[in-house]
Order: sequence, then C-alpha cells, then structure tokens
Amino acid sequence: MPPLASSSPTTDTIAYCARGAISIRNVTKIYDPDGVNVLAVENCSVEIAPGEFCVVVGPSGCGKTTLLNAIAGFHDITAGEILLDGRVICTATHTAEPGADRIVVFQNGALFPWSTILNNVAYGPIVQGKSRAREARRLAESLLGELGLAEIGGRYPNELSSGMRRRAEIARALINDPNVLLLDEPFRAMDALTKGVAQEFLLRAYDRVRKTVFFITHDLEEALFLADRVLVMTTRPGRIKQVLNVDFERPRSFRVRASRRYLELKAEVFEAVREEAIKAFEAGERELT
Amino acid sequence: MPIPKLTKLRKAVFNPTMRRGIISIVGILAVWELGRRLHVPFFGAVPAPSEVVGAAGDIIGDRKFWTHGMTSFTRVLVGFLAAQFIGIPLGLAMAMNRFTNQLIFPPLEILRPIPPLAWVPTAIIFWPTTELSIAFVIFLGAFFTVVLNVLRGARSIDERHVRAAASFGSRRSDLFWKIVLPATLPSIFTGMTVGMGITWEVVVAAEMIAGKSGLGYFTWASYVGGNYPQIIIGMISIGIAGYLSSGFIRLLGKLATPWQRRI
Amino acid sequence: MLAAVDVSATRQQPSEPAAQRKQVGGFILALFRLRHELASSAPYVGLLGVGGLLLLWYLLTEFFDIPRFNKLPGPVAVWTEFTSPKPTFGISIYTPDYYKHILWSVWRVTQAFFWATLLGVPLGLFMGWKKTFRDYAFPIVEIVRPIPVLAWVPLAILIFSGIASREAPIVFLAFLAAFFATALNTLLGVESIDEVYFRAARCLGSKPRHIFWRIVLPGALPFIFTGLQIGVGVAWFSLVAAEMVSGEYGLGFLIWDSYVLSQFQVIIIAMVTLGVIGYAFSAIIRIIGRLLMRWTA
Repeated sequence: MPPLASSSPTTDTIAYCARGAISIRNVTKIYDPDGVNVLAVENCSVEIAPGEFCVVVGPSGCGKTTLLNAIAGFHDITAGEILLDGRVICTATHTAEPGADRIVVFQNGALFPWSTILNNVAYGPIVQGKSRAREARRLAESLLGELGLAEIGGRYPNELSSGMRRRAEIARALINDPNVLLLDEPFRAMDALTKGVAQEFLLRAYDRVRKTVFFITHDLEEALFLADRVLVMTTRPGRIKQVLNVDFERPRSFRVRASRRYLELKAEVFEAVREEAIKAFEAGERELT
Repeated sequence: MPIPKLTKLRKAVFNPTMRRGIISIVGILAVWELGRRLHVPFFGAVPAPSEVVGAAGDIIGDRKFWTHGMTSFTRVLVGFLAAQFIGIPLGLAMAMNRFTNQLIFPPLEILRPIPPLAWVPTAIIFWPTTELSIAFVIFLGAFFTVVLNVLRGARSIDERHVRAAASFGSRRSDLFWKIVLPATLPSIFTGMTVGMGITWEVVVAAEMIAGKSGLGYFTWASYVGGNYPQIIIGMISIGIAGYLSSGFIRLLGKLATPWQRRI
Repeated sequence: MLAAVDVSATRQQPSEPAAQRKQVGGFILALFRLRHELASSAPYVGLLGVGGLLLLWYLLTEFFDIPRFNKLPGPVAVWTEFTSPKPTFGISIYTPDYYKHILWSVWRVTQAFFWATLLGVPLGLFMGWKKTFRDYAFPIVEIVRPIPVLAWVPLAILIFSGIASREAPIVFLAFLAAFFATALNTLLGVESIDEVYFRAARCLGSKPRHIFWRIVLPGALPFIFTGLQIGVGVAWFSLVAAEMVSGEYGLGFLIWDSYVLSQFQVIIIAMVTLGVIGYAFSAIIRIIGRLLMRWTA
C-alpha cells in the first residue's frame, strides 16, 4: 500500500478503499523541439476514480498522448502535478520511473518480436522477480486460456494478425495486476470489423478485473462504446473541454450501438469534437510524438 | 536574429557529447605517449605522438610526399570511376531486364567471394604495365559493391510507384529515367561511398605489394627504411584522404537526392 | 445395435476422404511448385551464365592464341593440374600441402573472427545502450576506422616484433578489419531498435540488466549477424593481403609464391579455393543466424 500524501479528503477515502485513482491537476506541458516552443497541454485537470473506464477523445495533436505519456512516466510536465492513489508521480521537477503499476498498451503494438506470445506475457512477472520462469509461464498460459488466446502461446508476434497481437499485449499488461491500464489508440490501425471484436475483448477483460482504464482514441463511436466517461479535449493547446457520462450498463453488448441513448450521446459528442477537429485541420497540425 | 543562432552554435559545440569526445581523444593520446615513454610491451613499439608530430613537420615540406599522395589519389580515381561507369549501367540493366539478371548474377556471385587482392598476380601477368594491373584490381574491388548496391536499390523500389507511373501512360524509357533511376539513386550513392572505402583499402595493399609509388608504398618503405614515425604519418594521411573522398561522395549524394532531406 | 453401427459407419466415412484429400492436395501442390520451378527460366539461364563465363575463359586463354591472354592459365590446364595425383607444381586435391595451406588460412581467420566477435559485439552493444559510453568510445573508433586495415601492416609488424611468432601481425590485421565491421553493425543494430520496445519493457518493471539481456541483445541480433557476415568477408580480404605481404603458409602466401615461381595454374587453384571457402564461411554464419532468429522467418 503506497503512503498517502494527498490534500483533498475525497481522494483520501477513495485511495484507501481501492487502487487506481488518477488526479491530473493543472497540468501544462511545453515541448521544445528545435528551439521552438510548442504548448501541447495547458492547465488540464481531471479526477479519475478507481476502476473507471475513462476515454479521452480529441483531434490529432491535441495532447492526449502527452497526457498519457506523463501518467506513464515517459516524460515530465512543465507545471501542475499528477497523482496516482494519492502518490505524486509527475511534477515539473520530478517524474516517477515507469513501472508495473501503470502499464501502457501502445498504438502500433510493442510485443517483443523475438519472443513467443507466452514469453511476452510472462515477461512482467519474471523481471519483477515475482515468479520464477516456469511459474510465470504457467500463469501466462492460464491467463491466455481464460482470455480465449490459448492456441497462440507458442507463436511469434509476426505470425499473428494485428487483432491477436493487440489482445496478447493486453494480456501481457493484465497479468501484472496494474493499478491503471493505459491504452494509446490501440485499435487505431485495425479495420472496423476486427476493431469491434477487439473492443469487446477489452470490455470482457475489463469486466473481469475492473481496473482503472485510461484510453485514448479519435474514434468517437469507440469512445462511447467503451467508456464510463468521455473527456473531450480541445485542439492544441489541449484542455478538457467537456465531460460526458456514458451510463450504459455493464457488461455491454454490441447492440448498445444501435440504441437511442447511444445516438443521443453521439450527437452530443460530435458537436463538441467537430469544432476542434475543424480547427486542427485548418492548422495542419502534425502529431506530436 | 543573431541571438538564437549563437545559442544554437553554442549548443552544438559545448554540449556534453562534444566534451566527452575531446576528453577521450586527448586521453588516448596521453596514454599513447606515456606508453611509449615507459616502454610498455607491444604498444610501446609504436612511435609516440610527439615523434609523429615532429616527423610531420619535416614531411609536409617534402615534395615527394605529396607526389605519392597524388599518385595514390589518381589510382583511386581511375579505378573507382571505371567501376562506376561499368557497374552502374550493368546493375541497372540487370534490374530492368529479368534475363540479364538471371544470366549475369550467378557468375558474378561466383567471382565475388574471391578477394580482390588475390587477383594481383593474375593482373600483373595480364596487363602490360603495373599501373594498369593496380587499376584493374581496384576496379574489381569497387565493381562488385556497386552492382550489388544498385540491384538492392532497384529491388527495393516500391512497386506502387511503378504502377502509378504506368497508369499515367508512361513509356518504358520514361519509367526508367523518371522512376527507376531516381529511386535507385540513394543506393547508388551508398554503393559509391562503400566502394570508395574499399578502393582505398585495395590501393594501399596493392601499392605495398607491387607498387613503387603512392602512399601505401610510402608507408611500407618507411618501415623498411627504419623511419618509424613516418609510418604513422603515412597511415594518417591515407585515413584522411579516404575520409575526405568518402565525405565528398556523401556530399554529392545529398545534393543529388534533395528529397531525402529530413526536416 | 444396427442403428449404432450405421451411425458410426457414416461418421467414419467423411473423415477418411477428407484426410486423403488433404494428403493428395499437399502432394499436388508440391508437384505444381516443382513444375513451376523447372519451367521457369531462372536456373537454366543461370547455368548458361556460368557456363558462358567458363567458355569465355577457355576461348580467350587456350583456344585462341590472343597475345596477353595466352600467358594466363586456362580452365583445362588448371583442372588437369588440380585433379592430377602427381601435379607438376605440387598442389592438387591429392597433395597434403594443399590442405595445409587451406588450414593455415582457415585457422587464422577463425582466430581473428573469434576475437573480433568477442570484443566487437559487446563494444557495439554498450555503445548503443549507454549514450555516455558511446560519447567516449565512438570518436576514437571513428578516427581509427578510415585508416585502411592494410596500412597497418608495417605497424602491426612493429608492434608484434617482440614475439617470435609471425602469426600475430597477420591475425591482428584480419581481426582489425572484422572488429570494425562487427562493432559498427552491432551499434547500428541497437540503434535500430524501436524506442517503443524500451518503453514497454520499462512499463513492465524491467531493471537495467533485463533491458540489456532481453531487449538490447535480441533486438540487435539481426544487425549483429549482418555485421558478422561482413566481418568474416573483410577478414578474408585482409588476411589474403597480409599473407601475400608477409606469410609462410596460407592461401594468400600460396598465390604470391606461385606467382614468383611462375606456377600460374596454382594461382588459379588458390583463388578459386579462396572464393569457395570465403563463401562457405558466410553461408555458415547466415545459417546460424537463421537458426537463432526464428522470429524473422
């Protein structure tokens, strides 16, 4: 149990009962590539409850990946602070090392090509010293079985479709029981049909473990299908423009996408995002790394 | 705006990478000098930097040294250019024409593993003058690299570019001059840069084995004549000459392929 | 009873033809591929090319009496010499001397290659992994590298003049050539690893030693093997030159010695042998690489 060092009473209670509460407070990030200052994120604030499935949408280059990278610990921020379960993990002066408490699933996949799927999934427990190799592989095998991925354990990532790979990567993250699961547009490169199957897979996995999920996408339909809350970000410099509560029941069925409430929400979120998308298009924004 | 430029320049010169590089080079020179003074086994036999600098002072004024340099350079130029003039068209022909490729590639692959220097005696027997035999061996050295790089470059051309051009109604000659050639240009220059390095290797060796002039001969003769610091000078001169030649080719390559510039 | 037998009989039937169909299908596919290969022109034209080369060689040197070419030995002369039990110049497949020279060269290259891999690969890995180390080591490497390996011959002789063995300078030169190739390609290999793998590994709780052994090393492996292949090639290149300048045995020495003694057929024998062995070394490394890196299939 990490030591508590928070200021707000609400965060106290939440952090004590469950894990995975993220607090983003007045976060600003300025990049400096080639001596030209780029204000990526400005004064962004949001509180994410433990176990919440939170989806951030916005046009390309709006800073959503910046936020994710800051939470994950890949870079620092210029001002503000980010807390995880009351523990400060990112400020202007200090960034906590990336760790297994907040694992990322990357956009183009980051399964190690030189290991089999089984060894990929077993990687986390082995390097953290939690289990010996054989034990870890057994755990990996059983997790893959539970997630319906039993046959691919002995294959290499190159031999699999992108849908399979992404699912295996989610398994690789979940085996470590992280506080937060961070997903950076994981299904972006997939066709619509595979994407649907992958989304349902993620929802089933989420139902099992109920971890906090911080999910980034530009696909509004995907956002509404998956999320408990949808955060709409403005174009650069990014700020949270609007928050939508998505109140469909869990477990969610794909049929939810044809419901009237879904269409209403879609209309709402489209209104909010469209304005930003036009601004980004006109500005010719290139995506930040 | 003067101020940003200065910051950029200062960043480029005084960054930690530059500092560490300078420290390590100075460090090695110091260790080298010390090793010589303390008569360390093996590497103590190498003339010290101080001796080399002294000998350099003598040699810079010596006309014969620069003649050696010119001789080597001329040989490099001749052999290298011959390899390009024959190798590049051959490579392109092999890339464009299936039959030519299937005909010429196997015998090429059989001849390629034979080290160029193994050809020296054969070349001497065959060619009337030593110069021609050296040039031939140099040519062989660069030739295979050139052809291979051209082939690799042509093979890696995105099929879609060719299809796009064909769908615009390009003739075969257009396809060659406007698509295949420019797309292969980066590989051609890579082949040239690597070929230039091989060329210098071969020149030096050939001059040591069978030459009576040139920087390779100069280096060998310095050894035989007991003037050991001059060996180092010979080595450094060859290194500099090789580096400048490769750099020049790289520069030409950048000029010829402006679309490869990264912003 | 009858019904049960009937049911099981019908259940058997579909599986057998299906299995048979699969076998037949596989066989037909293989036949198709074979026929396609034989029908394609590639192998025949290739043979034509090689045959043409030999024919050209024969015509130029032995058949027509062309002025400069007739001094060179032709394929017939070389082959007769190579296959004769009592060769005029003492080198053929029957003479032990032939194999002695081969073994000397092979042994030298193996030593050089061994040291180049042992020293070059870790150096490349470290330079790629730790920027600080690279900042210190890279400038030295880059300054020494442009010096052609053979320019080191006199210096190498000087350095090793303390020991009686004349082997050391020769192996050292081959080592030097291979070393630069392996170190540089290994460095390139580490740099070629996508940043995202490092990030993923850090997320999963890796410590530095895990990053080195489980990300850097496997990730760089393809480039390492390219470097090893190039390294063995340049090692042969340098070895031959070094042997020609100052050796007592070995294929390079054989070439030069035969030239001096005007035993021209032996020159060709030695050259061809060099080509074959050099190719074999590259092929062996390529095969080992393919075995170790099954994921690149």
